[in-house]
Amino acid sequence: MPAPPPAPRRRSTAPPYSLWRLLREGLRAQAGWPRAWRAAAPRERYQVVIVGGGGHGLATAFYLASEYGIHDVAVIERGPIGLGNVGRNTTIVRSNYFHPANIRFYDYSLRLWEGLEQRLNFNTMVSQRGTLNLFHTEAQRDLFTRRANQMRLLGVDAEVLSREAVQARVPLVDLDNGRFPVLGGFLQPRGGTVRHDAVAWGYARAASALGVDIIEHCPVTGIRCAGGRALGVETARGFIAADTVCLAVAGHSSRLAAMAGLTLPIETHVLQAFVTEGLKPLLDVVLTYGAGHFYVSQSDKGGLVFGGAIDGYNSYAQRGALPMVEEVTAAAVTLLPALAPVKVLRQWGGVMDMTMDGSPLISPTPLAGLVLNGGWCYGGFKAIPAGGLTTAHLIATGTPHPLAAHLCLDRFARGCTVDERGAGPYPYAH
Amino acid sequence: MLRIPCPWCGLRDEVEFRYRGAMLARPAAAAGIEAFTRFVYARANPAGWHTEWWLHVAGCRRLLIVRRHTLTHAIESARDALDAPAEPAP
Repeated sequence: MPAPPPAPRRRSTAPPYSLWRLLREGLRAQAGWPRAWRAAAPRERYQVVIVGGGGHGLATAFYLASEYGIHDVAVIERGPIGLGNVGRNTTIVRSNYFHPANIRFYDYSLRLWEGLEQRLNFNTMVSQRGTLNLFHTEAQRDLFTRRANQMRLLGVDAEVLSREAVQARVPLVDLDNGRFPVLGGFLQPRGGTVRHDAVAWGYARAASALGVDIIEHCPVTGIRCAGGRALGVETARGFIAADTVCLAVAGHSSRLAAMAGLTLPIETHVLQAFVTEGLKPLLDVVLTYGAGHFYVSQSDKGGLVFGGAIDGYNSYAQRGALPMVEEVTAAAVTLLPALAPVKVLRQWGGVMDMTMDGSPLISPTPLAGLVLNGGWCYGGFKAIPAGGLTTAHLIATGTPHPLAAHLCLDRFARGCTVDERGAGPYPYAH
Repeated sequence: MLRIPCPWCGLRDEVEFRYRGAMLARPAAAAGIEAFTRFVYARANPAGWHTEWWLHVAGCRRLLIVRRHTLTHAIESARDALDAPAEPAP
């Protein structure tokens, strides 16, 4: 796998964040901090217009400027940046996939996360506390062992833990549950969590410093096309012409693609997430239940952040329904009975592009000058650095990045789907 | 919680049903590979009214066609699948 690229040269005149500046501003009533990114007004034309100021859109803009020397870039977002899925996820990063092409792609992302704070000069709170998937049956143990072996063959860290090792690591787990006793666990030590809001802010600040215009409150109302080519986007603040338009609007990819006359292999579904009241430190790993869909980690504020599966039917509503709340909380107290008296503080929903094979899309489209980054199902957060870098590569060179070539849109027609779970073309099953 | 008005069982909670996706007509056997690719993979995915299959697994076990709004989750109608023709793939 290629090594992560070195740090770019900054164009900004604002001094970088440092301990020295923190001390200085502490003595001056914090009065000297400028805006983290410029408030840009849209120009008439850009080389690249990226629709969607979420993690992938901002990362694409940053890597276009820093790796590929393309600074004439605008990121346009309908509201303020960071309020979409980049601020609605459960902040987990990992690369414990099964398909070799996916392991390579997501592990490249994990390696970019490892150097991201220095790269962006922003504290994104990357915490490699490990991700631990529990297994409860012998078949599940064999599957996870195979997955761990596959990862290790590709040079990625993975360990299979015994029942005793799981108990030592997470004493809260009910190992002897009457129905789903725990047989062991599958640990990726380099997995963990990242502060999600800081990822949006950090990429926005770094991209803006490299000359990218970040245009907030600018909803796209249409995509102008002629002669099989995208010419630019119609927005609430006028037409913006572009050599390349990139859609990075996962959750709403179908709606934007429809503006260009395209139909995608995507359904939009809602996924819920939850956070409990603040607790003393009790969980120092990202824990995943194997007998139901439930994953949990503890934030630095002390709240347990957890989630489960999608609600299961097409929905653009950024809120979920009670049946999944019941299912997820039932899984929580089955696995960790000590959580029964803990109160849930907040619950929210985000809308996901669920593709027909459960893998994302980083791809050219049938229209020249229109590139798609989407279809992230509910795994887009961990992929932000690699998704941004490979999308920037596709825009700058016109050819797919080798790490993301398998994520092309035409894989469905060619019969080359990337179906991690072998679940078939049913978005609600992935 | 969705409440689906099953034509056989009355108003029932969504947990009794299994979602089976957008209601699409299977192309004719001789329709060709492109028509089948669209049928299996292409989805209109509207933010609005959506016609979809729901199977009443914990009730009458009949396949229903439900018209539901994907933003408000309002349900306009639920009919037995035999009563209505399916729509062609987008």
